[in-house]
Amino acid sequence: MDDLTLTETGLDPAQTGRILLVACGALAHEILELKAANGWSHLDLQCLPAKLHLWPEKIIPAVEAAVETARADYETIFVVYADCGTGGLLQTACDRLGVEMVEGPHCYAFFQGNADFAARTETEFTAFYLTDFLVRQFDAFVWKPMGLDRHPELRDMYFGNYTKLVYQAQVNDPALDAKAEDCARRLGLAYERRFTGYGDLATTLQGVAAR
Amino acid sequence: MADEDEIILADLSDDELVLQMHDDLYDGLKEEIEEAVNLLIARGWTPYDVLTKALVAGMTIVGADFRDGILFVPEVLLAANAMKAGMFILKPLLVETGAPRMGKMVIGTVKGDIHDIGKNLVAMMMEGAGFEVLDLGINNSVEKYLDALEREQPDILGMSALLTTTMPYMKVVIDTMKEKGMRED
Repeated sequence: MDDLTLTETGLDPAQTGRILLVACGALAHEILELKAANGWSHLDLQCLPAKLHLWPEKIIPAVEAAVETARADYETIFVVYADCGTGGLLQTACDRLGVEMVEGPHCYAFFQGNADFAARTETEFTAFYLTDFLVRQFDAFVWKPMGLDRHPELRDMYFGNYTKLVYQAQVNDPALDAKAEDCARRLGLAYERRFTGYGDLATTLQGVAAR
Repeated sequence: MADEDEIILADLSDDELVLQMHDDLYDGLKEEIEEAVNLLIARGWTPYDVLTKALVAGMTIVGADFRDGILFVPEVLLAANAMKAGMFILKPLLVETGAPRMGKMVIGTVKGDIHDIGKNLVAMMMEGAGFEVLDLGINNSVEKYLDALEREQPDILGMSALLTTTMPYMKVVIDTMKEKGMRED
């Protein structure tokens, strides 16, 4: 399972297990790691293309379609997205569908822990966050969509008000650390590495798995 | 040596030049816009006509194509940079020549938010539409907005936010204005 596939097409469910997780492709590696580590064989995983994040309005119909399609095949469906820029509309859609979703504004909030992330808001609103997936896919999710590959002169219009890049590491990987530091250099930002592990994602999925 | 296909702006008629400026804005060609603005002024155009017929009309095309999904944010930013360069030349001339003023606007990004691309575009287009714009920048508390409102007495207050976590702060400002009886001023 490569990041390009997760970005462009996502991941089909294995059709095994009684609980389906409908997740963002950017979380596939982390969820599968948690599944394996905890022996959650009753959890099945379907991932929607991570690139939906480039247009948050497309997340809602994609989640709705996935839930409606899979509803008859599983006892429970849980949506592994945070608000993700939908302005509360994804939560509204989940309420309408009768399914639950992850709490928090973004994956970088729940990886850090929503409470801790909120507590840092006053002092960290000038931080630009990357997770493991986003470090690996920096060019696909940041550099190219913002046109910086073609027009590097736009960099400071986008990032001039940011002060630092915070790499939230889910795993310890020196190669990713080096790449994240290079991302900070390319954006002209100071660099900070912060190990978060899986944060609230782990505790949330633990609760889902216990059902 | 100049390319054979290179367009010499000075050789174009006024109508051709205005259409070329629309194309150059679309393509984000800052230097070409600066040159064309200076050419039209030198040909006796009023700064107001250059602004409205060349720059604002050109950006309107950019805006429509952005709305329709033909252009994307990077291209709009390049176009905006080109327009800004043209505006920089025109601004003092507009004041000197007494161009029509439509009113006054105070604009700023709300507290906890540093995103200003949309705000800057709106401020620029409002200036193009004849408004005097006071830009408060980013991360504005309710107190900063209210101070500016009392000091500047604008016709319009603009608030900007990108994050869904900071958008509700607009309501904080509006509710405070209501409490203080300023909402209907």
